[in-house]
Amino acid sequence: MIEGILIGLTTALTFQNILMVMVGCFFGTIIGMLPGLGPMTAIALMIPITYGFDPATGLILMAGVYYGAVFGGSTSSILLNAPGVPGTVATSFDGYPMAQQGKAGKALAIAAWSSFAGGTLSAIYLLFMAPSLSKVSLSFRSPDYFALMILGLTAIAAFSSKGQFLKAMMMVVLGLMLASVGQDSLSDITRFTFNNMNLTDGISFVLVVMATFAMSEALTIILKRNDPTSAAKQVSLTELGSIKINKEERTKMYKTIPRSSVIGFLIGVLPGAGATIASFLAYGMERNVVSDEEKEKFGKGSVNGLSAPETANNAACSGSFVPMLTLGIPGSGTTAVMLGALLGFGVQPGPRLYMTNPEIFWSIIMSMYIGMVILLILNLPLIPYIARILAVPKNYLIPLILFFSVTGIYVMSFNNFDIYLMIGIAVVATFLRLYDFPMPPLILAFVLGGLMEENLRRSLLLSNGSWEFLWDRTLTACILATTILIVIWHIYKTFKKKN
Amino acid sequence: MNINTTKIISLLFFIFSAFYLYTAYQIQVFAFDENAPFNARTFPIYLGYAGLFFSGLKLILPDPNTIKVDHKNLEYKNTGILILIAIIYGATILKVGYFLTTSLFLFASYYFLGERRWILMFLLSFPFVAAFMYLLHGILDIYLRDPFLQSIGVMG
Repeated sequence: MIEGILIGLTTALTFQNILMVMVGCFFGTIIGMLPGLGPMTAIALMIPITYGFDPATGLILMAGVYYGAVFGGSTSSILLNAPGVPGTVATSFDGYPMAQQGKAGKALAIAAWSSFAGGTLSAIYLLFMAPSLSKVSLSFRSPDYFALMILGLTAIAAFSSKGQFLKAMMMVVLGLMLASVGQDSLSDITRFTFNNMNLTDGISFVLVVMATFAMSEALTIILKRNDPTSAAKQVSLTELGSIKINKEERTKMYKTIPRSSVIGFLIGVLPGAGATIASFLAYGMERNVVSDEEKEKFGKGSVNGLSAPETANNAACSGSFVPMLTLGIPGSGTTAVMLGALLGFGVQPGPRLYMTNPEIFWSIIMSMYIGMVILLILNLPLIPYIARILAVPKNYLIPLILFFSVTGIYVMSFNNFDIYLMIGIAVVATFLRLYDFPMPPLILAFVLGGLMEENLRRSLLLSNGSWEFLWDRTLTACILATTILIVIWHIYKTFKKKN
Repeated sequence: MNINTTKIISLLFFIFSAFYLYTAYQIQVFAFDENAPFNARTFPIYLGYAGLFFSGLKLILPDPNTIKVDHKNLEYKNTGILILIAIIYGATILKVGYFLTTSLFLFASYYFLGERRWILMFLLSFPFVAAFMYLLHGILDIYLRDPFLQSIGVMG
């Protein structure tokens, strides 16, 4: 492991990679502050730029954007009660009341230190957990992988759908259907191409991400007459006040941060769960464990109530890298985008990544520490200045998003058909978004489609066409049982809500 | 059954899944693969049934969280114009080249979204695209096809 850490440090500490972490964190913070434009859009927009880099640098850039976006989302949560990303909704419960009491600077400082500590601690957990899990996952067989993918897709549908599980499952199926277009990987038989040569190689992952996130979000903003930059304009005008944290507040944070980071990391590791659930759980748990006197302060500007979700959401970001790096199965929509980008680089994530591409594996982990330091430096003193950059009118922002989307496809294929297809998918996605059909399950399913078919093929061929492989191995059966539990829990929750 | 737009989308998805399933059954596989436990049509067939199952359930089950969209407040005109500009951009980018079409696309989009600060519009289109092209093509070594710039000798 020491050797790996050194390899990672050597790669992450090159001038180019430090610059990429800085650019990623900066860009991510900006996008994270804009309500509606989440980390997935930010990462999607970065994809064309990563074409010119090696895989490690490309992924370092995208990881920087990811935790930068979560970090940036907390700023608009605290100052305006308008969370930039869903993972920072719980931050506003106590952050916004604190800002209203004239302690905006203090709230931002608590959020920044908590995020820093949460991200750093979880990067340490990742450091120890990822190699061990990589070794364990080498014993995984095709049925286990197939079951894990079913679990991931079900979990993301259950957790990201806001009570619209069936809609999310329809999006999962649509994602898998889109992934099935093109040549079959084993027999080279073309499927669903309707004699169109442009579809022979299948639909590009970048195209689907750009269409369903970047482009469709831009169209949704215009369609709904939203102005995401208005929040940023207000941030730039807000008086922050002192950013000093006193001894009593620090003592409270020392207790909150370790437990919230563990919750955040473990929830982040779970497929489909992510920063939103982690932050709510950490907030809920913190409220249960603090004294009655402190409990009264929750919702009115509690230090614990602000520190817990901020620690947890950043810890969850690092946690979500675990299934992607060790199993090759992304745990969230955002890591699915990164996985797709990695596949585009010709790198196959999974248990062997640790051995075949140690520089990628370790440099991502090491870059997280650097990223956290950069975010701390960036978030505290520079927020009002970043917000001023953001005060770009939406009349400029939207065409620029469309421009990045089209450029991403153009430099990849030099093909008009792909641009038309992207516009077509974006229009459909915009319409579906209006009716609350979630897009992250579609992306995760699209990325996993090929792998899922491959593992189902192997499993069925090994068991002579029998579906017994689903319960033959204890591990497979346990994973499937977890999937069934998630579905039952979700049905129970919906039923309870109705009554 | 209460008919709303979500139900109509579910019905469309049901029809789409049925069509997908029909097409999946039409996939030509090798003769020796026809009776294999898994061939090129197996997974799509399962997907087709899954699509029918979930959209069918959505159609049949009551929808407690009905989404109501106020179409009067939606900006269809500008969205439509923007999509049209993007289609024209896609149609011309290969023939005319990246620099000119992208700059014109940005300029036209700013204009149709209501912007009238001409100098800023110009700066955020032509020089901006030139700088971005330099970043991609010149620094990151990502190939950009541009017949227009090639014809005037700016690009090799």
